[in-house]
Amino acid sequence: MNETDLHFFIDSTVNYFEEVTSESAVTGIPYLKGKEPVVLDYSGIIGISGKRKGCVYITTTRDMLEELANIILGNQDAAVETVKDLTGEIANTISGNVREAYGSSFMISVPVVVEGRAKDIRLPEHVQAFVIPITWKDFKSFLVVCLE
Amino acid sequence: MNEKIKLLIVDDSLIIRQAIEKNLNDFPLEVVGTAGDGKSALELFRKTEPDVVTLDITMPELDGIAVLEQMMKINKDAKVMVITALKDKATGLRAIQLGAKSFIIKPFTSEKLKSAFSRMLEKN
Repeated sequence: MNETDLHFFIDSTVNYFEEVTSESAVTGIPYLKGKEPVVLDYSGIIGISGKRKGCVYITTTRDMLEELANIILGNQDAAVETVKDLTGEIANTISGNVREAYGSSFMISVPVVVEGRAKDIRLPEHVQAFVIPITWKDFKSFLVVCLE
Repeated sequence: MNEKIKLLIVDDSLIIRQAIEKNLNDFPLEVVGTAGDGKSALELFRKTEPDVVTLDITMPELDGIAVLEQMMKINKDAKVMVITALKDKATGLRAIQLGAKSFIIKPFTSEKLKSAFSRMLEKN
């Protein structure tokens, strides 16, 4: 992975929040993921295959998901299943949109959603993973990109 | 006669199915079914005979491209709008070649969806 790869994911993330909420997200400086878990309340994970291999996940808080779901659906009480589902959909959209840069050989899986902060997300061991901090409104999230 | 357009919504994301239904509420539609995977989508397509379908591509069981191909064999007059996060030209081109009448990229705003849907309905 290089800086250009990271920029594709940063642009895709910023665009997601801008399009959905009309309010930009701010991304922090990406850093290499160490052994510390990067896991918040819900994580949406996408497997990548084809020319590039690895995975991408977004991990975020329930509060942020509820706020976002309320904007998308225009109501105040998004059900738990809806909030959980939204995590996977964000991961799917960010990963799918970068095909504009990588083309159709960048193949993405359907999302898997993990609930809870107990464990870290398992990533390919021999591949470096980068963490992109995201702030939207006052909510913190992280996008983790791990690609060969 | 005030006949409603029969709509089938296909997407593996619950919130996207809900958002599509909510945003298209102003159109004279009857949602005849919603499906979260390709196999169920085809079953519902045969059973409910929708006039219009919104169709995701990345789905479990059977992806949207394979579903679209089957749908066009069953009823080539059905109007299918592909709604996907896959933002590459090849996917859009393939969908249109297979018979999709409209193609929009996620994330979508309410305005973008309504406008594309309206234009699709106007097509013969």
